[in-house]
Amino acid sequence: MGDWKSEVKNIVYEGQIKVPYKWNVGETGSRFFIGLRDKQEIWGVQCPQCKKVYVPPLKTCGTCFVNTDQWVKVANTGTVESFTVVNYSHGMQPAKPPLVYGLIKLDGAGGSFVHLIGGIDPAKVAMGMKVKAVFADKREGTILDIKHFAPV
Amino acid sequence: MGKKVAIVGFGQTYQRSSRRDVNGVELINEAVTAALADADITIKDIDAVVIGNMDHFEGINYVDMWSVEGAGAVMKPIIKVTTGGTTGMTVAMSAYYHVASGMFDRVLAIGWEKNSESDTTGAIITAFHPVWERPNLGGAIAGLAVEASKYMDNYGVTERDGARVAVRERLHALNNPYAHLHQEWMKGMEVDKLVELLVTSEQNQMLAYPLRMSDMCPRTDGAAAVVFASEGVAEKTASKLAWVAATANRHDFVFLGDIDWDFNQTMGDAAKKVFAKAGIKDPLKEIDLCELYLPYSYGGLKWMENMGFCGPGEGPRLLWDKITDMDGELPVNPSGGVMSSNPIGATALLRVGEAAWQIMRKSGPRQVQKNVNYALATGFGGCSWADVMLLSSKKPA
Ligand SMILES: [Zn+2]
Repeated sequence: MGDWKSEVKNIVYEGQIKVPYKWNVGETGSRFFIGLRDKQEIWGVQCPQCKKVYVPPLKTCGTCFVNTDQWVKVANTGTVESFTVVNYSHGMQPAKPPLVYGLIKLDGAGGSFVHLIGGIDPAKVAMGMKVKAVFADKREGTILDIKHFAPV
Repeated sequence: MGKKVAIVGFGQTYQRSSRRDVNGVELINEAVTAALADADITIKDIDAVVIGNMDHFEGINYVDMWSVEGAGAVMKPIIKVTTGGTTGMTVAMSAYYHVASGMFDRVLAIGWEKNSESDTTGAIITAFHPVWERPNLGGAIAGLAVEASKYMDNYGVTERDGARVAVRERLHALNNPYAHLHQEWMKGMEVDKLVELLVTSEQNQMLAYPLRMSDMCPRTDGAAAVVFASEGVAEKTASKLAWVAATANRHDFVFLGDIDWDFNQTMGDAAKKVFAKAGIKDPLKEIDLCELYLPYSYGGLKWMENMGFCGPGEGPRLLWDKITDMDGELPVNPSGGVMSSNPIGATALLRVGEAAWQIMRKSGPRQVQKNVNYALATGFGGCSWADVMLLSSKKPA
């Protein structure tokens, strides 16, 4: 009864689905991206209750469950809180490895900002390093309008 | 208060890198058949089914319908639950809620994944925010590497400490015939020697500092199934039971930058909640065994601290003092854990089933010597949410 299995060569069917999604950023997020694109400025929103400044902006503070409608300009500078040097490559990465990816605490922001660190030999990046946003030459209203954070 | 609920059966497939001999539905059926056999019941005894996987791995969005023959759910209530890495635990929690509600006597929880059917990194990236986090993402491993880096910097933890977790998981997996990774070459070697090899070998590629290949989980094809039954029914169904003492889940902020990178808040708070519910004051002394969702080695250090098994920065001490080894005071992952088998939608349900089997003393070569009264099972979703379930040998008060 089980004999037939030894004669079967398993078939794999290759799929071809590609779905071109488009995502609505919303007016709050759009204003943030417009700030990056047109003025090379980083803006956050402040919660009226707990006063936390969210960068990127969130329309609703999750802790207080109230809307955050107060815009606050934060600095283009910050501190590296943690980082890693990525050595593996994958098609979705924004740059070729080795690329440095880390947590940057922007001056004036409540949380951290996760982004690329560049303009420096990856081996020289250090915890606590002061960095400044370097903007892309061609800006299109995306998070990659900040090319990376480089040492001050 | 709802009805008391016990686990009466557990089944799993052999966890392998690729199962080309079966499609997803057939793979699911293997685990379901094994779980029913373990509980010594038939599919007729099942009143409802909860099933889950991570849709993007297979590109199929309605597994409740698609799997119906394999799952044994034709003309029965079946609900799909999918929550990323925690899926297997959320499936278990949902099955538990079904039974605790008093509306169903026996409910089958199923978790599965065929990770070989897609690009794992590509599929995991769909868990991140498309506008804010995907364009600048370093990759699925990079976030964990940033967490590990910060933890090491905070407490002077070393790469050797991380490697010691990897060694524990892989040595434990050698006792588990179902595990995906069986690193036979490690057998009989000194722990110190293995740690040394992992942190010095050039073959052990540094993916993203401090994470080497050996610090990460594999990608696996596999399925798991667990049968939950209500008090009154459970005692008649099986002679060995593992009772659900408590369960909790927590999510915090969506953006990676907004979470607390010094402390895993979701894992810590969910654990605290189940301990409080069960009246556990000293987790290290009162919990007998853990099956933890550790997708990478440093989780086995930092998250132990955050769940309250030791103080901040003391994770390495628990490890090097052999407390979390098979014959230690608190064995962690006798199965070999996630770093030895990772069929993502099944992974957290494997933690539940493995923990239940340790209480039932059905674990064969990976059975711990000590009595297991309380066993903790966790699920982790990256980044960073947690589902936790505490099992007990005794019916909760
Ligand atoms: Zn607030």
